[in-house]
Amino acid sequence: MSRIASLLRASLAGIVLAAFAFALIGPLANLVLWSVAERWYTPYKLPVTYGTRYWEQVFRPTGDAMASLGTSVSIAVLTVVVALALSVPAGYALARLKLPVRALFMIVFLLPQAFPSVAIYINVARIFYNLGINGTVLGVVLVHAAHGLVYSVWIAAAAFAAVDRDLELAARNIGASPLRTFFTVTLPLAAPGVIASGIFVFLESLDEFTGTFFVGVPQVTTLPLLLYNAAMGGNYQVASITALILLVPSVLFMLFIERFLRADVLAKVGA
Amino acid sequence: MQAETQGVSCAGAAIQVRDLHVAYGGTPVLHGVSLDFAPGTFTALLGSSGCGKTTLLRSLCGFVPVRSGSIVVGDRDVALLPPEKRGMAMVFQSYALWPHMTVLQNIGYGLKLRGTAKTEITAKVASLLAMLGLSGYEERKVTALSGGQRQRVALGRALAVDPGILLLDEPLSNLDAKIRMTMRHEIRAIQQRLGVTAIHVTHDREEAMTMADRLVIMQAGRIAQIGTPEEVYDRPASAFVANFMGAENVLPVHVARSADGTAVSAGAAVARLADHDATALPAGEAVAYFRDDAASLDAPDAAPQGDLLVPGRIAARSYPGGLYRYRVEAAGRQITIDDTARHEPGAAVGLRIPVRRLHIFPATEAATAA
Repeated sequence: MSRIASLLRASLAGIVLAAFAFALIGPLANLVLWSVAERWYTPYKLPVTYGTRYWEQVFRPTGDAMASLGTSVSIAVLTVVVALALSVPAGYALARLKLPVRALFMIVFLLPQAFPSVAIYINVARIFYNLGINGTVLGVVLVHAAHGLVYSVWIAAAAFAAVDRDLELAARNIGASPLRTFFTVTLPLAAPGVIASGIFVFLESLDEFTGTFFVGVPQVTTLPLLLYNAAMGGNYQVASITALILLVPSVLFMLFIERFLRADVLAKVGA
Repeated sequence: MQAETQGVSCAGAAIQVRDLHVAYGGTPVLHGVSLDFAPGTFTALLGSSGCGKTTLLRSLCGFVPVRSGSIVVGDRDVALLPPEKRGMAMVFQSYALWPHMTVLQNIGYGLKLRGTAKTEITAKVASLLAMLGLSGYEERKVTALSGGQRQRVALGRALAVDPGILLLDEPLSNLDAKIRMTMRHEIRAIQQRLGVTAIHVTHDREEAMTMADRLVIMQAGRIAQIGTPEEVYDRPASAFVANFMGAENVLPVHVARSADGTAVSAGAAVARLADHDATALPAGEAVAYFRDDAASLDAPDAAPQGDLLVPGRIAARSYPGGLYRYRVEAAGRQITIDDTARHEPGAAVGLRIPVRRLHIFPATEAATAA
């Protein structure tokens, strides 16, 4: 009797694990399969011809994909610069300010998330059009930065809050100016969190679709837009390869978080 | 020893604190503190938690804003200056060492700020580490050090900038008992050798008494008494100070003055005093404070011989080592007495208390003591 029960439990655990693995790996496997399928049509469960033709097409120096990748990365880097330039001072202020100013400050940064993004981006596009920065890299960077700030300010505030006040006072005490203290003590200690927030902004920018679509099209084509065009055109191979390229930085980021970010910083996120 | 302290010279500075008021938010913490620190002296600020001793220290070095009053160091008022312009160096309770720096970088930080040459910094840090018994630890990460070692590095960092004033904020409270004893003597010895003016905040009575030239007892944001360890211990100025300095046994007494002298009575027990001993005693209802070792146990019917002999009964006995500690019920109170002789719990005894060793204060004042 108990043997049947344990057998039942084992098979149930097996099924749950398999379902989990399928949910996790299934879509990835599908992407990989599509990226190497040169011909694949309906009656067949697997591709008819395999090959790396589309990979070559994507990575050809003159290809659209490489150009889009270049655009995406440069926009992402600029976005990180803009976001950090704002989130480092804002995060420090948030970490050291007292309520209720702190709450007000936080709401300002969280507000963009409270509305449907399409509604916001249509208005942004309208304003940017009047300013003449619609369809420019600058416009896209600003949209991405506004979106990324929500997270980067939050994470930076947590990183600064985890730096013990006494460590700063100790530097002031033996003669360091507030600015010197910030750059020699506070910032180095908060660096892992600040870097993590930068990487997060980078990834968000790399992935961003809606804002780029409204503000950047047609002059600025980022990787997600290319993926969208390819998928709309029925070119699943290029779409799959683009999606796989977009995955790489996310995985690297997870590894970084796991390796460098202290638990006490993570615990202060959202506190 | 001479060679070790080469290059480290902290001429002590004088501080005059006048009518200092400090508040946290809307709550006043210090109510007009006035205090002088002579150059090269070691002062301990002593008091229970919340008495304002740490606030006083933090307002001296500029971490807590001053509401009114002045802090004069040498001949300039620093009360409104930022911390970096006050010329004081602090050793924090948490040590506050920078975990992203090595021992050398931690201790050398203040020197680097002052634009000292790299070779000079290395030499000075080496001499400080030699003085602190940490030679060769320059390249260690501070996170890899023990509590006692961190403590020394924190002290080294403070002394490296040749401060006129060294502030110590409960620096020993995170150390285990044995290292604490060693560090007491070391800090005291270094302070004496360098001649720096030291201000030490602690709630540990023994620590304050063994390290300091002078104690400042604080109570609820005010100074309760200032004096040498002997003065404060033997001649407490108030019931609070007596109680805080370890005279924890309380006995209600009555002081009566008459033509033939002064009589101190507790219940039926009476002791007479010669006039020159008794002029300071308050007449009327009073409360006497005394230490565990001030009294001894005797037979309940022994002759008083000038002492107060209060009848009582032993409630409990313990042996902390060397002598027995008794809890005695007498005069409606629980009184703790140390005595070398062994008595059984429940036995009737007489508490023999020499009147000279009682600290007697009026009953009205005693009611307000913590």
